[in-house]
Amino acid sequence: MLTTTLGAAAFTLATRSAAAQETPLADTTKKWGRLPNALGARSPVETPKRTLNLPTSSRTPLQDLHGTITPADLHYERHHSGLAVVDPRTYRLLLHGMVDRPLTFTLDDIKRFPATTRVCFLECAGNFFGTREETTPQDVCGLTSQTEWTGVMLSTIFNEAGAQPRATWFLAEGQDAAVMTRSVPIKEVLRDAMLVYAQNGEALRPEQGYPVRLLLPGIEGNASVKWLRRLELSDQPFMTREETSKYTDPLADGTARQFSLVMDARSIITSPAYPQTIEKGFVEIRGIAWSGRGLIRRVDVSTDGGKTWKTAALQQPVLPKAHTRFRYAWQWDGRPAEIVSRAVDETGYGQPDMTALRQARGRRTRYHLNPVTGWTIAGDGRVRFGVERVRV
Amino acid sequence: MTRLLTIAAALLVATALIAAQSSPKRYGIGTPATPDQIAALDIDVRPDGMGLPPGSGSAREGAPIYAQKCAPCHGANGEGGAGDALVGAAPRDGAPFGPEYERWRNGRPDVPFTIGNYWPYATTIFDYVRRAMPASAPGTLTADETYALTAWLLAKNEIISESEAMNAETLPRVRMPARARFVPDNRKGGSEVR
Repeated sequence: MLTTTLGAAAFTLATRSAAAQETPLADTTKKWGRLPNALGARSPVETPKRTLNLPTSSRTPLQDLHGTITPADLHYERHHSGLAVVDPRTYRLLLHGMVDRPLTFTLDDIKRFPATTRVCFLECAGNFFGTREETTPQDVCGLTSQTEWTGVMLSTIFNEAGAQPRATWFLAEGQDAAVMTRSVPIKEVLRDAMLVYAQNGEALRPEQGYPVRLLLPGIEGNASVKWLRRLELSDQPFMTREETSKYTDPLADGTARQFSLVMDARSIITSPAYPQTIEKGFVEIRGIAWSGRGLIRRVDVSTDGGKTWKTAALQQPVLPKAHTRFRYAWQWDGRPAEIVSRAVDETGYGQPDMTALRQARGRRTRYHLNPVTGWTIAGDGRVRFGVERVRV
Repeated sequence: MTRLLTIAAALLVATALIAAQSSPKRYGIGTPATPDQIAALDIDVRPDGMGLPPGSGSAREGAPIYAQKCAPCHGANGEGGAGDALVGAAPRDGAPFGPEYERWRNGRPDVPFTIGNYWPYATTIFDYVRRAMPASAPGTLTADETYALTAWLLAKNEIISESEAMNAETLPRVRMPARARFVPDNRKGGSEVR
């Protein structure tokens, strides 16, 4: 009888979750809540969602997240021909080319190798949007997420097959309908590269490449090929579509930069941000900063549109090639303000403004944009995106 | 003393054993791949022509295939639609970016990035079309059809003639107009914005 009543209560809670934002939840002290169950769910009032840009991508709601880990179901997606649903029981990874022993691996094989776990960000190379004041952090740069990944070092797998010293590149190929391929320079990535099968402690989500994806920390997301089916070692790049006609940077001087793989340092204030309205008094400015070249050394915050800068506090531990949470304690006096963040990484690289990027790269480049961005705050507390006004 | 030496020796052996256990050269995991298994998956094509299959096709042969399988997304003449613009030779012997382009454009609307004015390697067309196109039925084109479509795209972009056949010998020899513009990454971190 008790069980039935509690079950009914849980059912009631579930069915009214849609209306939960408007209807206050019942007094929790007067009736038993639901009993433990097999699979958890968010509070019915918490409804973070990815936003869609079909048919290619969905974006992480950066403004709804705290800390630095992206829940797996909110990790951004960028697919070129939709999502592949791969059967782990028949899954095989082929490793061939300039190796002494071409090998195939089952999923169990890959899991048998010594495992390693690493927290790092992934970011799509085309991760900047900002032409309207009514733009959220998710819209500006929601094509980045952070995960605790687990898998095997790529160097271990290469060693198993006997990678030949003359091999300087490898091709990674997925088994989606795009049969996605990228050429990757071995020397530049081998210290960090992994084959991963787990995301935040559980198996990869299908949209993150289940059962196995390549993971290249700090490198543009497209090269971390999902649903990985084949690795081929070579002494030259293959010049696939995604590294020639796409993901390259046409520059102001008439050259086109290729294999611009490392994601330069970047930051964004995720709160306060559009569409928030803030109140006079204490406001903690919060955001994330990251660099594909290593550690974030410093994040500077300005509340006057870049005229003066203060140093934000960084949440420890700061990890290399990882989203780093920064916070700055601010007293808002109620006057119009413009809040801006700027990241500096361990190489001394400072996040540029859009003017500097356009000067260096020209008008028609569209990948690898990492401009300083900010938010304007009106006298009534309403926060709007600063578009391209910021200068540093 | 003897006892100490024994302990020290035992420690050395133990350390060596642990080292051997924790990082063997190979783990003996995985199954040797057969040539058939490799051939079934190895569809990539390199700029030097490695991976190009037997077969042949010209732009004339490619035209009806393009009209049926590609035009719905890429436009009747490759001008683009739901899919990318593929054809566009302008600016002739130039690129759709950089100082010469800005002078050539002289304030007129931008031209799209196309195979003719941006793609650095002709082999990429074959590789990509064979693996991923047409979007409604990827991986269904024969080698001859793929060569013919590649030839049609190159001819429409005024890079080869209508009658020229593309095959494993001729395709790697096609020199793309934008080829020399491509440079490796020159960013290194540090204070410079590039």
